[in-house]
Amino acid sequence: MDSNTVDNTTRLRQRAIDVRLRDLKMVHGAGLGHIGGEFSATDILVTLFFGGVLRYDPANPTDPERDRFVLSKGHSAAALYTTLAMAGYFDEAELDTFLEPLSRLNGHPDRNKVPGVETNTGPLGHGFPVAVGIALSGQMDDAARRTFVLTGDGELQEGSMWEAAMAAGHFGLEKLVCIVDRNRLQQGDRTETTMGLDPLPAKFEAFGWAVRETDGNDPAALLQTFAALPFESGKPNCVIANTRKGHGVSFIEDRKEWHHRVPSDEEYARAVAELEEGRA
Amino acid sequence: MTAEVPVKLYDCRDAFTDTLVELARADRRVVAVVNDSLGSTKVTKLDKVLPEQVVNVGIAEQNMVGVGAGLANGGKIPFVCGATPFLTARALEQIKVDAAYSGANLKFVGVSSGVAYGELGPTHHSIEDIAWLRAIDRLVVIVPADPVETAWAIRAAYEHEGPVFVRTSRIGVPIIHADDYRFEMGKAARLREGNDITIIANGVMVTRALEAAEVLASEGIDTRVLNMATASPIDREAIVAAARETRGIVTVEEHIVRGGLGSAVAEVVVQEQPVPMRILGFPGFCPTGSPAFLLELAGLTPDGIANAAREVMDR
Repeated sequence: MDSNTVDNTTRLRQRAIDVRLRDLKMVHGAGLGHIGGEFSATDILVTLFFGGVLRYDPANPTDPERDRFVLSKGHSAAALYTTLAMAGYFDEAELDTFLEPLSRLNGHPDRNKVPGVETNTGPLGHGFPVAVGIALSGQMDDAARRTFVLTGDGELQEGSMWEAAMAAGHFGLEKLVCIVDRNRLQQGDRTETTMGLDPLPAKFEAFGWAVRETDGNDPAALLQTFAALPFESGKPNCVIANTRKGHGVSFIEDRKEWHHRVPSDEEYARAVAELEEGRA
Repeated sequence: MTAEVPVKLYDCRDAFTDTLVELARADRRVVAVVNDSLGSTKVTKLDKVLPEQVVNVGIAEQNMVGVGAGLANGGKIPFVCGATPFLTARALEQIKVDAAYSGANLKFVGVSSGVAYGELGPTHHSIEDIAWLRAIDRLVVIVPADPVETAWAIRAAYEHEGPVFVRTSRIGVPIIHADDYRFEMGKAARLREGNDITIIANGVMVTRALEAAEVLASEGIDTRVLNMATASPIDREAIVAAARETRGIVTVEEHIVRGGLGSAVAEVVVQEQPVPMRILGFPGFCPTGSPAFLLELAGLTPDGIANAAREVMDR
């Protein structure tokens, strides 16, 4: 690793802490939210938006040639809002309105209100098919733009996800990247206890995808993975990002109850302290 | 002895695909998205001349709508086409979220709506779709009555910025609109003037409503006929005028009697200008039979409509 890469990775790690702190503040303030899935996905969001992976221009959010990012796991909205605000799509101060009456920062993202949101998600199994359509439009136009979609792993229990996976493989959407936030937890229990997904890489491979596994909470590993895109000529790309739900806070990490639990004031203070410690 | 000239009947799918081909030739952003339904939607016509503007996602309606919304995000003007029962029921959440709530510039063309599939039974009938679709905000729902209006509806959907659902049938219908007919989205067309009673219909029932008006005219009942091609948003003004200027309203639809055109009209009538009404449609799941048989069984015939009109007049 050269020194630039080290600097970049350090910067991304710091930024991920910024996002988690802001996210935590929003959820604590609103008294509602999905911290667990947001913290598992934070490093992925940060690497895409601040690691030079996505091509986007907050001043021109509807530029036809922009890369697309679709948050299929729409309940991680607070992490997306934080990322979009820090990327310059809107003022960070507005994050304080999260879930307030009439705020445009709804519990699930609305593209008609929030710049940078590509399609409205929330019910699981929607963003992935839309991302396939976006990537297909690019392929039809022979365009350079890439489409990244972030899905939950529990979300892969929805049938529409496999309809989308089948279509992407069939059409050979080389500029489509599906990132699975593989934290192995869903709302009620572990994924493998609820409705097993393993062997997940083999499933995507069988559907015609080129698959890579990586540490989804390590920006350096994620950067390295994204740098290898496209993984194989003529195939859509699947990144199984092995993550820990609630990553970054010891008492939140890998616990199913933190899917949508809200921290008490005392827990909030402890979580902030732990995240700040991570800066060292 | 006079020889009876049979009325020529048209399958509105032809008008749909002819118009689609026209639009697709003129605007390369226009694409059709199908669920292995090239033949049943007659999109084959487009596939023969512009195959690069056709996307077949296989038998996967949820993905079909999502892919359509994605294509729209990428600047295409997609027409998502499939048999109405499967397109609406299977992919209703996608229609709500990916198209309507997201505000995608996505068009839907449902074919073989109502009881067009006849003997194939209630799994293949689509008599609930208007109730479902018109409850979805920001979604325009059009039910054209003949080939002329079908062509207009497809062009209107293309020109409208936002999601539109065009519900077509495959039951043969005569041409009832003159060449100079101008379809206006959201506006009812007054096909016959009258001040005794009003019949409001759409889709394949319009021609029967006009025939019923003829029957009633022979009895001296002066019947207004409104073609309510846009089922949502509904033309409140035309309904209120009918309620004010005539003694009552009969609605006729190829749909279950709950939640469809009749309900939409009643919502306006009870709040704005209460008058006697009759809502004609299917009472429930249909038994085995051809489309013609099923329409007759439910009283969706000129005589059945005329009877309902007389009842309303007598109230």
